[in-house]
Amino acid sequence: MDVTPLLAWDALPLAVVLSSFVPGVMIMFLKEEQARLRNSLNMAGAVAKVALVGLMLQGVAGGASYEWALEVVPGLSLTLRGDALALLFVTLSAVLWLVTTLYAIAYLEGSANRTRFFAFFSLCVTATTGLAMAGDLFTFVFFYEALTWATYPLVVHKGTPEAIRAGRTYLYYTLGAGAILVVGAVWFQVEAGTVQFAAGGVVDATAVASGPITWAFIFAFLLIGMGVKSALFPIHGWLPTAMVAPAPVSALLHAVAVVKAGAFGITRLLHSLFGIEVAWEMGAAVAVAALAAFTIVYASVRALSQDDLKKVLAFSTVSQLSYIALGVALLDPLAHVGGLIHLVHQGIMKITLFFCAGLIAQTLGVKKISDMGGVARRMPLTMAAFTVGAVGMIGLPPVAGFISKWYLGLGALGAGQPWVIGVLLASSLLNAAYFLPILRTAYFDDPDPSWARGAEGPRPRLEADWRLVLPAVTTAVFSLAAGLLAASSWSPLGWAILIIEQGVL
Amino acid sequence: MTGAELWTTAAVFGPLLASLVALGGRPAALKAGLLLGSVTTLAGSLGLWLQVLQHGPVRHLLGGWGAPLGIELWADGFSVVMLAVTALVGAAVSLYSLSYFGDLSTLDAETSPAGRAARYFVPLWLLLWSALNGIYLSADLFNLYVTLEILGLAAAALVTLAVTPRATVAGMRYLIVSLVGSMLFLLGVALLYTEFGTLALEELSAAAPGGPMAATSLALMTVGMAAKTALFPLHAWLPPAHAGAPAPASALLSAVVVKGSFFILVRLWFAVYGGGSEAGLVLMGGLGAAAILWGSVLALRQRSLKRVIAYSTVAQLGYMFVMFPLLAPEGLGGPDPRWSDDAWIGGILLAVSHALAKASMFMAAGNMSYAVARDGLRDISGVAHRLPMSFLAFGLGGLSLAGLPPSAGFVGKWLLLREALSAGGWFWVAIITVGGLLTIAYVLKVLRHALDREASDGDFRPVPRRMEWAALLLALASASLGVRATEVFQVLLQGGVQPWT
Amino acid sequence: MTSLDLYVWAGVVVFLLALHAVVTRAHLLWKVLAINLMGTGVFLILLAAPARRDPMVADPLPQGMVLTGIVVAVAATALALGMALRVMARTGSPFLTVDPETEEPDPDAPEPPR
Repeated sequence: MDVTPLLAWDALPLAVVLSSFVPGVMIMFLKEEQARLRNSLNMAGAVAKVALVGLMLQGVAGGASYEWALEVVPGLSLTLRGDALALLFVTLSAVLWLVTTLYAIAYLEGSANRTRFFAFFSLCVTATTGLAMAGDLFTFVFFYEALTWATYPLVVHKGTPEAIRAGRTYLYYTLGAGAILVVGAVWFQVEAGTVQFAAGGVVDATAVASGPITWAFIFAFLLIGMGVKSALFPIHGWLPTAMVAPAPVSALLHAVAVVKAGAFGITRLLHSLFGIEVAWEMGAAVAVAALAAFTIVYASVRALSQDDLKKVLAFSTVSQLSYIALGVALLDPLAHVGGLIHLVHQGIMKITLFFCAGLIAQTLGVKKISDMGGVARRMPLTMAAFTVGAVGMIGLPPVAGFISKWYLGLGALGAGQPWVIGVLLASSLLNAAYFLPILRTAYFDDPDPSWARGAEGPRPRLEADWRLVLPAVTTAVFSLAAGLLAASSWSPLGWAILIIEQGVL
Repeated sequence: MTGAELWTTAAVFGPLLASLVALGGRPAALKAGLLLGSVTTLAGSLGLWLQVLQHGPVRHLLGGWGAPLGIELWADGFSVVMLAVTALVGAAVSLYSLSYFGDLSTLDAETSPAGRAARYFVPLWLLLWSALNGIYLSADLFNLYVTLEILGLAAAALVTLAVTPRATVAGMRYLIVSLVGSMLFLLGVALLYTEFGTLALEELSAAAPGGPMAATSLALMTVGMAAKTALFPLHAWLPPAHAGAPAPASALLSAVVVKGSFFILVRLWFAVYGGGSEAGLVLMGGLGAAAILWGSVLALRQRSLKRVIAYSTVAQLGYMFVMFPLLAPEGLGGPDPRWSDDAWIGGILLAVSHALAKASMFMAAGNMSYAVARDGLRDISGVAHRLPMSFLAFGLGGLSLAGLPPSAGFVGKWLLLREALSAGGWFWVAIITVGGLLTIAYVLKVLRHALDREASDGDFRPVPRRMEWAALLLALASASLGVRATEVFQVLLQGGVQPWT
Repeated sequence: MTSLDLYVWAGVVVFLLALHAVVTRAHLLWKVLAINLMGTGVFLILLAAPARRDPMVADPLPQGMVLTGIVVAVAATALALGMALRVMARTGSPFLTVDPETEEPDPDAPEPPR
């Protein structure tokens, strides 16, 4: 099929957003029993989204860029822009949405309220792709706030008192910060006269010099707004609590979509609004870098003392997310590359880990690390995938995490901030200290009686439902490939370099 | 007949004629009345919208008689926006009321209580509609008084259609407040006529009212209208009346009826008095701020569904008064003050969004209590699973009130905040922001009960589809204004804050 | 002081006395009558005050307004009396109180602590 005319279609970004919005809205009107239609709609939307994103990737690699805008009121527009930077995040969410949809269909089979779940799941992805392609701050805030409320029903999905409490915590943090973000965004518009995102920033350095206090406050407001989703210390508390949600939610939203929205927002704040040079001059970028560095170490230490597997992963997420903020806050293109690729690398590695945690919990009922003895014998594929993710998190070659840390380290040296290397090393050691014991327990300990008894009898041909195993293995393979084939121009690394070369950061 | 004449006539006299038709009382007459009223107002407001957008404000001398003795109808952007939102809400509520009182075609209007209610509801509502449209199109103070009085009488009667003692008392109290408010207004009108010898808004505006007599007159009219709009601290009558009325009446009272007196207040303060006084504007904004906080806190403490929504109306009306001081960011100094477009569009968008969202929420709440035959927050537990569309409507409406995207509320608050921030008004910024968070809290309280796992046991009465659709359509209208409001923006600038300068 | 001034001030006094009665008298009949009286006060002012400028020429506009106002007042009074009767019938009391014996607990009361 000839796709050339489609490549020049300016509304492609809109089509990408709608490809999950339309199925989401349609699902809302389905009855609970219409599982087949619901699943078909979901899968169709996810496949369509990946296909459309594929088209855009092709176009952007060829130098094209897409822009679609709808005027809301004169002076404020919903602007969707598909450039290389946006596509990095869009591709990640589109591909992972596809695999997670498959996973979620199997994971939730037979449980209650699936209509609501899948409807809001699609809306979350819609909001994520929307904010990824936001061409200005207004559009970004629009989708960012929408993401907040669309996630809430998923956090409280189980309806238990614990889930309701977690949902409340989640809303306190995100809506509180969201309100501050809106004030910051409007204030930015008043002072800067624009909300456009532009490479190199739109803030005038002389304006900042003449009103440093005002601009510092604007930056702080926006940073609080973005930082809460990116789980920067000290506003990270909602993320571990939100782990009560079902595994696919933790996997896609709390490893990828929601938290990456925050990290991506910090990137936009530093690069597209203020511009990294101005941000350094006003001391804002170094503050972000310091905060991120502290979060990296702090969250790793917290992860050490957790026994709940998902909690460990959550604190690990908090820590790993700050790599992105740290990378983009340094004044060196290699550090930017490191931050940007970690946006993707952390996503595919962490989703693997969450898929595996969900698999183990679903198949064996094991949620605690202390009960994981011998799990690898019962579920070899799952634990293999888990191992790839864990090794990547520690930052060992050949998994993707190594590439991130390598570029972050190079960038730190280039930016003249050698202390960052120390943070990276400390974090790697801490990551090893909490991931390696998990692996040891799973591979070398005797099968834990808590699950071994229930798992007697004829062993199924595959260790679990293939729709659960396949996504985990797929993302593990992605994590390996992103590391092994990093030199390819289609790898996350290759694309991040393209972003720098095209000058869209 | 010119276009403007045709459309203004349709908007005012269409529902009036429809009301007469509906007085016939038979099911067919009720249906015909609702249809006629909806079609004429929708057509009238759409037609006027286009006229005003193209040609600016339009005028219609009824019977060819102009001021001072004749009656003029006059429409600018503000008028047509209010007309249009009333038409949308009105059409949806009309659709809703076709089923709410039971199947109209088989209803025995003579004997069954629901039949009696339907028989009174329809003509009263159509009369109210005509009065509201009359307010939006009035060009002189005395017409405003007459239409306002019709509005108040019809509205109070609607409350007492609910036969409970509580609702009857609430309706009576509403009537008394409303009549006293009208009297204060009329006294203000008398003083203005004494001073300036005219009642035409345009001529009064040209006379640029000042001095003690004009100030007294403005104060009297403001107190009267504030009582009818339930501006803090004159709001106490509203929650029992709005919560006690039958669901379609609650929707109308909260969404559009209070907007009638709000409209008059805006017209008086800005179009006629050129802003009044700076201190007065700040006072109005301060009362609005108090309303936001007080109304939201009380909404959080309610145990019945409709009371939460009714107190929320008290709070949301506050936002429309926060607009007052923001409209004149540079004060009123000089003959021609600069009016802030941001505050104007933002404030009116919030009024529009409140009308759409609140009507939708009252209808959705009506569906929930229709289904479980009770109104307590605990009684609706689990209803979300049975009535997903109503739940969705309530949620979307809640988003709009809270100012979360996608909703007209989000855009409106952005614009108001922009004005407040560029004028350095941090007090208003804080109020707008905190009010939004409180709104989320009470909306969420309702949603959480509706989402509860264990559905309330007991009978579940199926809800007619069209009642669910009526609620959802308005919620969707509010959401779509959140992605596209340019047309509203443009028409609101026709005439603007002070149309007669 | 001319006789017109007298009318104006009488109107003001009537209006204020009636306003006082609306607020302080609890019986519904009192309230309805007092509102009527408020209207009468306004009508006095409306007829007399503008005429002071030129007592020799009759201004038709206030007279038209007062006539209309009387019609409106009649309608309002009729409705108010009708509703007052309903209040009597449904609560058994001519005051704006609800007999607590016949009603569920006051929904205005704050939620009890859980």
